[in-house]
Amino acid sequence: MEPIQSATGALSASPVISATGLTKRYGALDVLRGVDLDAHEGEVISILGASGSGKSTFLRCLNLLEVPSGGTLNVLGEDVRFRMKGAERQIADARQVNRLRSQVGMVFQNFCLWSHRTVLQNVMEGPVHVQGRNRHEVREEAEKALDRVGLLNRADYYPSQLSGGQQQRAAIARAIVMRPRVLLFDEPTSALDPELVGEVLKVMQGLAAEGRTMLIVTHEMAFARDVSSRVVFLEKGTVRVQGAPQDLFKGGMDERFDRFVSHFSRQG
Amino acid sequence: MSTPAFTLIGFGPEGWGKLLLLAAGLTLVAAVCSFALGSLLGAAGAALKLASSRSLRGIGTFYTTVFRGIPEILVVYLFYFGGSLALTRLMHLAGFPGFFSLPSFIIGVVAIGLVSGAYQTEAYRSAYLRLERGQIEAGKACGMSRFVLLWRVIAPQTLRFALPALGNIWQSVLKETALLSIIGLVELLRQSTIASGATRQPLLFYGVAALLYLVMGQITALGIRTVEKRLARCWGR
Repeated sequence: MEPIQSATGALSASPVISATGLTKRYGALDVLRGVDLDAHEGEVISILGASGSGKSTFLRCLNLLEVPSGGTLNVLGEDVRFRMKGAERQIADARQVNRLRSQVGMVFQNFCLWSHRTVLQNVMEGPVHVQGRNRHEVREEAEKALDRVGLLNRADYYPSQLSGGQQQRAAIARAIVMRPRVLLFDEPTSALDPELVGEVLKVMQGLAAEGRTMLIVTHEMAFARDVSSRVVFLEKGTVRVQGAPQDLFKGGMDERFDRFVSHFSRQG
Repeated sequence: MSTPAFTLIGFGPEGWGKLLLLAAGLTLVAAVCSFALGSLLGAAGAALKLASSRSLRGIGTFYTTVFRGIPEILVVYLFYFGGSLALTRLMHLAGFPGFFSLPSFIIGVVAIGLVSGAYQTEAYRSAYLRLERGQIEAGKACGMSRFVLLWRVIAPQTLRFALPALGNIWQSVLKETALLSIIGLVELLRQSTIASGATRQPLLFYGVAALLYLVMGQITALGIRTVEKRLARCWGR
Protein backbone atom coordinates (compact mmCIF):
# COMPACT_ATOMS: atom_id res chain seq x y z
CA MET A 1 0.00 0.00 0.00
CA GLU A 2 1.24 3.47 -0.86
CA PRO A 3 1.85 5.76 2.06
CA ILE A 4 -0.77 8.46 2.16
CA GLN A 5 -0.26 12.12 2.85
CA SER A 6 -2.28 13.10 5.92
CA ALA A 7 -3.93 16.47 6.37
CA THR A 8 -1.05 17.89 8.41
CA GLY A 9 1.52 16.86 5.87
CA ALA A 10 3.04 14.07 7.91
CA LEU A 11 3.81 10.89 6.06
CA SER A 12 1.95 7.93 7.46
CA ALA A 13 1.45 4.41 6.25
CA SER A 14 -0.95 2.90 8.75
CA PRO A 15 -3.00 4.60 11.44
CA VAL A 16 -1.43 5.07 14.87
CA ILE A 17 -4.68 3.89 16.40
CA SER A 18 -7.45 2.14 14.55
CA ALA A 19 -10.71 1.11 16.17
CA THR A 20 -13.30 -0.86 14.22
CA GLY A 21 -16.80 -1.52 15.45
CA LEU A 22 -15.82 -0.88 19.05
CA THR A 23 -18.59 -1.68 21.53
CA LYS A 24 -18.80 -1.46 25.29
CA ARG A 25 -21.61 -2.83 27.37
CA TYR A 26 -22.09 -2.54 31.12
CA GLY A 27 -24.76 -5.08 31.96
CA ALA A 28 -27.81 -3.96 30.04
CA LEU A 29 -26.33 -0.57 29.20
CA ASP A 30 -24.78 -0.14 25.74
CA VAL A 31 -22.31 2.70 26.11
CA LEU A 32 -20.56 2.20 22.78
CA ARG A 33 -22.52 0.76 19.88
CA GLY A 34 -19.82 0.31 17.27
CA VAL A 35 -17.34 3.14 16.93
CA ASP A 36 -14.93 3.28 13.98
CA LEU A 37 -12.00 5.64 14.13
CA ASP A 38 -8.57 5.81 12.52
CA ALA A 39 -6.07 8.24 13.97
CA HIS A 40 -3.11 8.96 11.71
CA GLU A 41 0.21 10.35 12.68
CA GLY A 42 0.14 14.08 13.28
CA GLU A 43 -3.62 14.29 13.59
CA VAL A 44 -5.20 16.24 16.42
CA ILE A 45 -8.64 14.78 16.90
CA SER A 46 -11.20 16.40 19.16
CA ILE A 47 -13.90 14.02 20.33
CA LEU A 48 -17.07 15.89 21.23
CA GLY A 49 -20.41 14.76 22.51
CA ALA A 50 -22.96 15.27 25.25
CA SER A 51 -22.36 13.57 28.57
CA GLY A 52 -23.34 9.94 28.24
CA SER A 53 -22.44 9.84 24.56
CA GLY A 54 -19.62 7.42 25.38
CA LYS A 55 -16.73 9.68 24.44
CA SER A 56 -14.72 9.11 27.63
CA THR A 57 -15.40 5.40 27.55
CA PHE A 58 -14.21 5.30 23.96
CA LEU A 59 -10.97 7.08 24.83
CA ARG A 60 -10.40 4.75 27.80
CA CYS A 61 -10.88 1.76 25.51
CA LEU A 62 -7.98 2.95 23.35
CA ASN A 63 -5.45 2.28 26.11
CA LEU A 64 -7.44 -0.59 27.58
CA LEU A 65 -8.42 1.09 30.83
CA GLU A 66 -11.77 -0.23 29.67
CA VAL A 67 -11.84 -3.51 27.81
CA PRO A 68 -14.11 -3.16 24.78
CA SER A 69 -16.89 -5.74 24.68
CA GLY A 70 -16.60 -6.12 20.92
CA GLY A 71 -14.83 -4.86 17.83
CA THR A 72 -11.15 -4.74 16.98
CA LEU A 73 -8.48 -2.38 18.16
CA ASN A 74 -5.15 -1.83 16.51
CA VAL A 75 -2.60 0.30 18.35
CA LEU A 76 0.72 1.22 16.75
CA GLY A 77 0.23 -1.45 14.13
CA GLU A 78 -0.50 -4.23 16.63
CA ASP A 79 -3.87 -5.89 16.99
CA VAL A 80 -4.73 -5.95 20.68
CA ARG A 81 -5.37 -9.55 21.68
CA PHE A 82 -8.42 -10.46 23.71
CA ARG A 83 -9.76 -13.67 25.15
CA MET A 84 -13.16 -14.66 26.42
CA LYS A 85 -13.78 -15.54 30.03
CA GLY A 86 -17.36 -16.69 30.20
CA ALA A 87 -19.35 -14.00 28.47
CA GLU A 88 -16.80 -11.30 29.20
CA ARG A 89 -13.91 -10.23 27.03
CA GLN A 90 -10.56 -9.80 28.75
CA ILE A 91 -7.08 -8.69 27.84
CA ALA A 92 -5.27 -11.78 26.60
CA ASP A 93 -1.70 -10.56 26.80
CA ALA A 94 -0.99 -8.17 29.67
CA ARG A 95 2.58 -7.66 28.45
CA GLN A 96 1.41 -6.54 25.05
CA VAL A 97 -1.01 -4.08 26.63
CA ASN A 98 1.63 -2.72 29.03
CA ARG A 99 4.06 -2.27 26.14
CA LEU A 100 1.47 -0.39 24.10
CA ARG A 101 0.36 1.71 27.06
CA SER A 102 3.93 2.88 27.61
CA GLN A 103 3.81 4.42 24.12
CA VAL A 104 0.36 5.93 24.51
CA GLY A 105 0.31 8.89 26.88
CA MET A 106 -2.81 9.56 28.94
CA VAL A 107 -3.91 12.76 30.66
CA PHE A 108 -6.84 12.38 33.04
CA GLN A 109 -9.63 14.72 34.00
CA ASN A 110 -8.59 14.60 37.65
CA PHE A 111 -4.83 14.79 36.90
CA CYS A 112 -4.15 11.62 38.90
CA LEU A 113 -0.64 12.58 39.86
CA TRP A 114 0.74 10.14 42.41
CA SER A 115 0.19 11.93 45.66
CA HIS A 116 3.14 10.36 47.47
CA ARG A 117 5.71 11.57 44.93
CA THR A 118 6.93 15.06 44.14
CA VAL A 119 6.27 16.60 40.75
CA LEU A 120 9.71 15.64 39.47
CA GLN A 121 9.37 12.11 40.85
CA ASN A 122 5.98 11.81 39.17
CA VAL A 123 7.50 12.75 35.85
CA MET A 124 10.49 10.41 36.27
CA GLU A 125 8.50 7.42 37.47
CA GLY A 126 7.44 6.00 34.12
CA PRO A 127 10.70 6.38 32.18
CA VAL A 128 12.74 4.91 35.05
CA HIS A 129 10.45 2.17 36.34
CA VAL A 130 8.52 1.22 33.22
CA GLN A 131 10.94 1.92 30.41
CA GLY A 132 14.02 1.17 32.47
CA ARG A 133 15.88 4.21 31.21
CA ASN A 134 18.93 5.71 32.88
CA ARG A 135 17.96 7.86 35.86
CA HIS A 136 20.36 10.72 35.15
CA GLU A 137 19.37 10.95 31.54
CA VAL A 138 15.68 10.83 32.50
CA ARG A 139 16.16 13.53 35.10
CA GLU A 140 17.47 15.93 32.50
CA GLU A 141 14.61 15.14 30.17
CA ALA A 142 12.06 15.41 32.98
CA GLU A 143 13.37 18.83 33.92
CA LYS A 144 13.14 19.89 30.31
CA ALA A 145 9.55 18.68 30.17
CA LEU A 146 8.71 20.55 33.37
CA ASP A 147 10.36 23.67 32.04
CA ARG A 148 8.25 23.37 28.95
CA VAL A 149 5.01 23.34 30.91
CA GLY A 150 6.36 26.14 33.12
CA LEU A 151 6.75 24.12 36.30
CA LEU A 152 10.48 23.71 36.74
CA ASN A 153 10.30 25.86 39.87
CA ARG A 154 7.70 23.48 41.32
CA ALA A 155 9.71 20.29 40.69
CA ASP A 156 10.08 19.45 44.37
CA TYR A 157 6.50 20.25 45.37
CA TYR A 158 3.95 17.58 46.12
CA PRO A 159 0.79 17.52 43.97
CA SER A 160 -1.36 18.64 46.91
CA GLN A 161 0.67 21.86 47.05
CA LEU A 162 -0.22 22.81 43.46
CA SER A 163 -3.25 24.38 41.83
CA GLY A 164 -5.37 22.27 39.51
CA GLY A 165 -3.89 23.91 36.44
CA GLN A 166 -0.37 23.26 37.68
CA GLN A 167 -1.23 19.65 38.47
CA GLN A 168 -2.62 19.14 35.00
CA ARG A 169 0.44 20.68 33.40
CA ALA A 170 2.62 18.36 35.50
CA ALA A 171 0.48 15.44 34.32
CA ILE A 172 1.11 16.50 30.72
CA ALA A 173 4.86 16.61 31.42
CA ARG A 174 4.56 13.13 32.93
CA ALA A 175 2.91 11.91 29.74
CA ILE A 176 5.31 13.46 27.21
CA VAL A 177 8.47 12.37 29.01
CA MET A 178 7.57 8.81 28.04
CA ARG A 179 8.11 9.86 24.38
CA PRO A 180 4.65 8.58 23.44
CA ARG A 181 3.59 8.03 19.85
CA VAL A 182 0.13 9.35 20.65
CA LEU A 183 -1.42 11.34 23.50
CA LEU A 184 -4.91 10.80 24.90
CA PHE A 185 -6.62 13.58 26.83
CA ASP A 186 -9.74 12.75 28.82
CA GLU A 187 -11.54 16.06 29.48
CA PRO A 188 -8.28 17.64 30.62
CA THR A 189 -9.82 20.97 31.62
CA SER A 190 -13.21 19.88 32.96
CA ALA A 191 -12.10 19.73 36.59
CA LEU A 192 -10.39 23.12 36.50
CA ASP A 193 -11.54 26.49 37.72
CA PRO A 194 -12.33 28.63 34.66
CA GLU A 195 -9.35 30.92 35.15
CA LEU A 196 -6.97 27.93 35.06
CA VAL A 197 -8.27 26.40 31.83
CA GLY A 198 -6.24 28.69 29.58
CA GLU A 199 -2.81 27.71 30.87
CA VAL A 200 -3.53 24.02 30.19
CA LEU A 201 -4.98 24.63 26.74
CA LYS A 202 -1.94 26.70 25.86
CA VAL A 203 0.38 23.80 26.67
CA MET A 204 -1.82 21.46 24.61
CA GLN A 205 -1.82 23.88 21.72
CA GLY A 206 1.98 23.88 21.81
CA LEU A 207 2.01 20.10 21.63
CA ALA A 208 -0.37 20.13 18.68
CA ALA A 209 1.82 22.66 16.88
CA GLU A 210 4.74 20.22 17.25
CA GLY A 211 2.86 17.77 15.09
CA ARG A 212 2.08 15.32 17.85
CA THR A 213 -0.73 12.84 17.41
CA MET A 214 -3.46 13.69 19.91
CA LEU A 215 -6.97 12.51 20.73
CA ILE A 216 -8.83 14.86 23.00
CA VAL A 217 -12.18 14.39 24.66
CA THR A 218 -13.24 17.91 25.47
CA HIS A 219 -15.99 20.45 25.95
CA GLU A 220 -13.77 23.32 24.85
CA MET A 221 -15.42 24.27 21.56
CA ALA A 222 -12.96 27.01 20.71
CA PHE A 223 -10.07 24.64 21.19
CA ALA A 224 -11.73 21.96 19.07
CA ARG A 225 -12.42 24.49 16.32
CA ASP A 226 -9.07 26.26 16.29
CA VAL A 227 -6.54 23.61 17.19
CA SER A 228 -7.76 20.22 16.02
CA SER A 229 -7.36 18.85 12.53
CA ARG A 230 -10.47 16.71 12.83
CA VAL A 231 -13.58 16.75 14.97
CA VAL A 232 -15.49 13.59 15.80
CA PHE A 233 -18.98 13.99 17.23
CA LEU A 234 -20.30 11.06 19.21
CA GLU A 235 -23.93 10.51 20.01
CA LYS A 236 -25.41 7.56 21.87
CA GLY A 237 -22.29 5.48 21.45
CA THR A 238 -21.73 5.95 17.72
CA VAL A 239 -19.99 8.47 15.52
CA ARG A 240 -22.75 10.81 14.41
CA VAL A 241 -20.60 13.00 12.21
CA GLN A 242 -16.95 13.83 11.72
CA GLY A 243 -14.87 16.14 9.61
CA ALA A 244 -12.54 19.10 9.48
CA PRO A 245 -13.45 21.69 12.12
CA GLN A 246 -13.76 24.49 9.58
CA ASP A 247 -16.44 22.48 7.73
CA LEU A 248 -18.30 21.27 10.78
CA PHE A 249 -18.34 24.51 12.74
CA LYS A 250 -19.53 26.42 9.69
CA GLY A 251 -22.85 24.71 10.37
CA GLY A 252 -25.33 22.96 8.15
CA MET A 253 -23.43 19.69 8.00
CA ASP A 254 -25.33 17.98 10.77
CA GLU A 255 -28.33 19.34 12.58
CA ARG A 256 -27.58 17.56 15.89
CA PHE A 257 -24.00 18.79 15.89
CA ASP A 258 -25.13 22.36 15.23
CA ARG A 259 -27.58 22.17 18.12
CA PHE A 260 -24.86 20.76 20.38
CA VAL A 261 -22.49 23.60 19.50
CA SER A 262 -25.09 26.32 19.83
CA HIS A 263 -25.93 25.03 23.27
CA PHE A 264 -22.29 25.60 24.26
CA SER A 265 -21.98 29.03 22.75
CA ARG A 266 -25.20 30.11 24.48
CA GLN A 267 -23.70 29.01 27.75
CA GLY A 268 -20.56 30.87 27.47
CA MET B 1 18.03 -5.81 106.51
CA SER B 2 16.15 -4.36 103.61
CA THR B 3 18.34 -3.21 100.74
CA PRO B 4 17.48 0.25 99.40
CA ALA B 5 15.30 0.21 96.27
CA PHE B 6 17.90 2.15 94.36
CA THR B 7 20.44 -0.63 94.90
CA LEU B 8 17.94 -3.34 93.96
CA ILE B 9 17.21 -1.91 90.58
CA GLY B 10 20.78 -0.74 90.08
CA PHE B 11 23.63 -2.41 88.28
CA GLY B 12 25.74 -3.43 91.30
CA PRO B 13 26.21 -7.02 92.58
CA GLU B 14 22.84 -6.90 94.39
CA GLY B 15 21.10 -5.02 91.58
CA TRP B 16 18.68 -6.49 89.03
CA GLY B 17 19.17 -3.65 86.58
CA LYS B 18 21.19 -5.50 84.01
CA LEU B 19 18.84 -8.52 83.98
CA LEU B 20 15.80 -6.28 83.70
CA LEU B 21 17.26 -4.38 80.79
CA LEU B 22 18.22 -7.60 79.03
CA ALA B 23 14.69 -8.88 79.57
CA ALA B 24 13.28 -5.63 78.21
CA GLY B 25 15.53 -6.12 75.19
CA LEU B 26 14.11 -9.60 74.69
CA THR B 27 10.59 -8.17 74.96
CA LEU B 28 11.45 -5.66 72.26
CA VAL B 29 12.98 -8.31 70.00
CA ALA B 30 9.97 -10.60 70.45
CA ALA B 31 7.63 -7.70 69.70
CA VAL B 32 9.55 -6.68 66.56
CA CYS B 33 9.62 -10.27 65.28
CA SER B 34 5.91 -10.78 66.02
CA PHE B 35 4.98 -7.50 64.38
CA ALA B 36 7.11 -8.24 61.31
CA LEU B 37 5.54 -11.68 60.94
CA GLY B 38 2.15 -10.04 61.43
CA SER B 39 2.93 -7.55 58.64
CA LEU B 40 3.60 -10.34 56.16
CA LEU B 41 0.48 -12.20 57.27
CA GLY B 42 -1.50 -8.97 57.24
CA ALA B 43 -0.45 -8.16 53.68
CA ALA B 44 -1.30 -11.69 52.59
CA GLY B 45 -4.58 -11.60 54.52
CA ALA B 46 -5.57 -8.29 52.96
CA ALA B 47 -4.76 -9.64 49.49
CA LEU B 48 -6.99 -12.64 50.24
CA LYS B 49 -9.85 -10.53 51.54
CA LEU B 50 -9.65 -8.25 48.50
CA ALA B 51 -9.42 -11.10 46.00
CA SER B 52 -12.13 -11.50 43.41
CA SER B 53 -12.41 -15.22 44.09
CA ARG B 54 -15.01 -16.00 46.71
CA SER B 55 -13.11 -18.93 48.19
CA LEU B 56 -9.96 -16.85 48.67
CA ARG B 57 -12.02 -14.18 50.41
CA GLY B 58 -13.45 -16.94 52.58
CA ILE B 59 -9.99 -18.06 53.67
CA GLY B 60 -9.09 -14.48 54.58
CA THR B 61 -12.26 -13.98 56.57
CA PHE B 62 -11.76 -17.28 58.37
CA TYR B 63 -8.26 -16.22 59.40
CA THR B 64 -9.25 -12.82 60.76
CA THR B 65 -12.37 -14.15 62.47
CA VAL B 66 -10.51 -16.92 64.28
CA PHE B 67 -7.48 -14.97 65.41
CA ARG B 68 -9.36 -11.88 66.44
CA GLY B 69 -12.00 -13.95 68.19
CA ILE B 70 -9.84 -16.14 70.44
CA PRO B 71 -8.15 -14.63 73.51
CA GLU B 72 -4.43 -14.18 72.81
CA ILE B 73 -3.48 -16.20 75.85
CA LEU B 74 -5.43 -19.14 74.49
CA VAL B 75 -3.70 -18.88 71.13
CA VAL B 76 -0.37 -18.98 72.94
CA TYR B 77 -1.42 -22.06 74.93
CA LEU B 78 -2.78 -23.85 71.88
CA PHE B 79 0.41 -23.27 69.94
CA TYR B 80 2.67 -24.15 72.83
CA PHE B 81 0.96 -27.40 73.79
CA GLY B 82 -0.15 -28.27 70.28
CA GLY B 83 3.33 -27.63 68.92
CA SER B 84 5.05 -29.60 71.64
CA LEU B 85 2.62 -32.50 71.26
CA ALA B 86 3.19 -32.62 67.53
CA LEU B 87 6.94 -32.44 67.94
CA THR B 88 6.94 -35.18 70.60
CA ARG B 89 4.88 -37.44 68.34
CA LEU B 90 7.20 -36.75 65.46
CA MET B 91 10.27 -37.52 67.55
CA HIS B 92 8.67 -40.76 68.76
CA LEU B 93 8.11 -41.77 65.18
CA ALA B 94 11.74 -40.99 64.46
CA GLY B 95 12.74 -43.15 67.40
CA PHE B 96 13.44 -40.58 70.08
CA PRO B 97 11.38 -41.19 73.22
CA GLY B 98 10.63 -38.54 75.84
CA PHE B 99 8.97 -35.13 75.81
CA PHE B 100 10.04 -32.42 73.41
CA SER B 101 8.93 -28.86 73.46
CA LEU B 102 9.44 -26.14 70.89
CA PRO B 103 11.45 -23.07 71.89
CA SER B 104 9.06 -20.72 73.64
CA PHE B 105 10.45 -17.70 71.79
CA ILE B 106 9.48 -19.14 68.42
CA ILE B 107 6.09 -20.37 69.64
CA GLY B 108 5.40 -17.00 71.17
CA VAL B 109 6.41 -15.02 68.10
CA VAL B 110 4.29 -17.23 65.85
CA ALA B 111 1.24 -16.99 68.14
CA ILE B 112 1.41 -13.23 68.68
CA GLY B 113 2.35 -12.73 65.02
CA LEU B 114 -0.74 -14.61 63.88
CA VAL B 115 -3.02 -12.54 66.10
CA SER B 116 -1.34 -9.30 65.08
CA GLY B 117 -1.54 -10.39 61.43
CA ALA B 118 -5.30 -10.69 61.73
CA TYR B 119 -5.55 -7.11 62.96
CA GLN B 120 -3.04 -5.89 60.38
CA THR B 121 -5.14 -7.56 57.67
CA GLU B 122 -7.97 -5.20 58.54
CA ALA B 123 -5.62 -2.21 58.70
CA TYR B 124 -4.19 -2.90 55.23
CA ARG B 125 -7.54 -3.78 53.74
CA SER B 126 -9.29 -0.61 54.81
CA ALA B 127 -6.23 1.44 53.82
CA TYR B 128 -6.30 -0.10 50.35
CA LEU B 129 -9.97 0.71 50.00
CA ARG B 130 -9.19 4.38 50.67
CA LEU B 131 -6.81 4.48 47.72
CA GLU B 132 -8.12 6.61 44.86
CA ARG B 133 -8.83 4.69 41.69
CA GLY B 134 -7.07 7.30 39.59
CA GLN B 135 -3.77 6.60 41.32
CA ILE B 136 -3.87 3.03 40.07
CA GLU B 137 -5.18 3.99 36.65
CA ALA B 138 -2.36 6.47 36.17
CA GLY B 139 0.08 3.64 36.79
CA LYS B 140 -1.69 1.32 34.38
CA ALA B 141 -1.91 4.04 31.76
CA CYS B 142 1.86 4.48 31.65
CA GLY B 143 2.35 0.75 31.23
CA MET B 144 3.21 -0.43 34.73
CA SER B 145 3.11 -4.19 35.19
CA ARG B 146 1.13 -5.53 38.12
CA PHE B 147 4.28 -5.89 40.19
CA VAL B 148 5.60 -2.38 39.49
CA LEU B 149 2.16 -0.96 40.20
CA LEU B 150 1.98 -2.81 43.51
CA TRP B 151 5.48 -1.85 44.55
CA ARG B 152 5.62 1.75 43.37
CA VAL B 153 2.04 2.96 43.87
CA ILE B 154 -0.23 0.64 45.83
CA ALA B 155 2.14 -0.42 48.61
CA PRO B 156 3.44 3.04 49.60
CA GLN B 157 -0.01 4.61 49.50
CA THR B 158 -1.64 1.77 51.41
CA LEU B 159 1.11 1.89 54.00
CA ARG B 160 0.61 5.59 54.44
CA PHE B 161 -3.11 5.19 55.10
CA ALA B 162 -2.54 2.17 57.35
CA LEU B 163 0.12 3.82 59.48
CA PRO B 164 -2.08 5.18 62.30
CA ALA B 165 -3.77 1.80 62.74
CA LEU B 166 -0.42 0.02 62.54
CA GLY B 167 0.87 2.25 65.34
CA ASN B 168 -1.93 1.05 67.60
CA ILE B 169 -1.34 -2.56 66.64
CA TRP B 170 2.34 -2.21 67.41
CA GLN B 171 1.55 -0.91 70.88
CA SER B 172 -0.66 -3.87 71.64
CA VAL B 173 1.90 -6.35 70.25
CA LEU B 174 4.48 -4.86 72.58
CA LYS B 175 2.18 -5.44 75.55
CA GLU B 176 1.03 -8.87 74.41
CA THR B 177 4.57 -10.20 74.53
CA ALA B 178 4.00 -10.30 78.31
CA LEU B 179 1.95 -13.43 77.59
CA LEU B 180 5.14 -15.23 76.63
CA SER B 181 6.06 -15.26 80.33
CA ILE B 182 3.50 -18.04 80.84
CA ILE B 183 5.33 -20.38 78.48
CA GLY B 184 8.65 -19.82 80.18
CA LEU B 185 10.25 -17.05 78.16
CA VAL B 186 12.19 -14.78 80.51
CA GLU B 187 11.08 -11.49 79.05
CA LEU B 188 10.40 -8.33 80.99
CA LEU B 189 7.35 -9.48 82.95
CA ARG B 190 8.83 -12.88 83.82
CA GLN B 191 12.12 -11.34 84.93
CA SER B 192 10.25 -8.89 87.13
CA THR B 193 8.35 -11.76 88.72
CA ILE B 194 11.60 -13.57 89.42
CA ALA B 195 13.12 -10.45 90.94
CA SER B 196 10.00 -9.80 93.02
CA GLY B 197 10.12 -13.31 94.39
CA ALA B 198 13.79 -13.15 95.26
CA THR B 199 13.64 -9.74 96.94
CA ARG B 200 10.01 -9.72 98.17
CA GLN B 201 9.60 -6.33 96.58
CA PRO B 202 6.86 -6.97 93.98
CA LEU B 203 5.61 -3.40 93.84
CA LEU B 204 9.07 -2.07 93.11
CA PHE B 205 9.83 -4.50 90.31
CA TYR B 206 6.42 -4.52 88.72
CA GLY B 207 6.53 -0.75 88.87
CA VAL B 208 9.87 -0.72 87.09
CA ALA B 209 8.52 -3.16 84.51
CA ALA B 210 5.50 -0.93 83.91
CA LEU B 211 7.81 2.03 83.44
CA LEU B 212 9.99 0.14 80.97
CA TYR B 213 6.93 -0.92 78.93
CA LEU B 214 5.79 2.70 78.86
CA VAL B 215 9.19 4.00 77.80
CA MET B 216 9.53 1.44 75.00
CA GLY B 217 6.01 2.13 73.82
CA GLN B 218 6.38 5.89 73.87
CA ILE B 219 9.71 5.95 72.09
CA THR B 220 8.41 3.77 69.27
CA ALA B 221 5.15 5.72 69.12
CA LEU B 222 7.18 8.90 68.72
CA GLY B 223 9.04 7.31 65.83
CA ILE B 224 5.80 6.33 64.13
CA ARG B 225 4.32 9.78 64.61
CA THR B 226 7.41 11.35 63.03
CA VAL B 227 7.09 9.15 59.97
CA GLU B 228 3.37 9.90 59.83
CA LYS B 229 4.00 13.63 59.90
CA ARG B 230 6.60 13.42 57.17
CA LEU B 231 4.21 11.47 54.99
CA ALA B 232 1.27 13.74 55.76
CA ARG B 233 3.24 16.55 54.14
CA CYS B 234 2.75 15.02 50.70
CA TRP B 235 -0.97 14.47 51.18
CA GLY B 236 -1.65 18.04 52.09
CA ARG B 237 -2.92 19.16 55.44
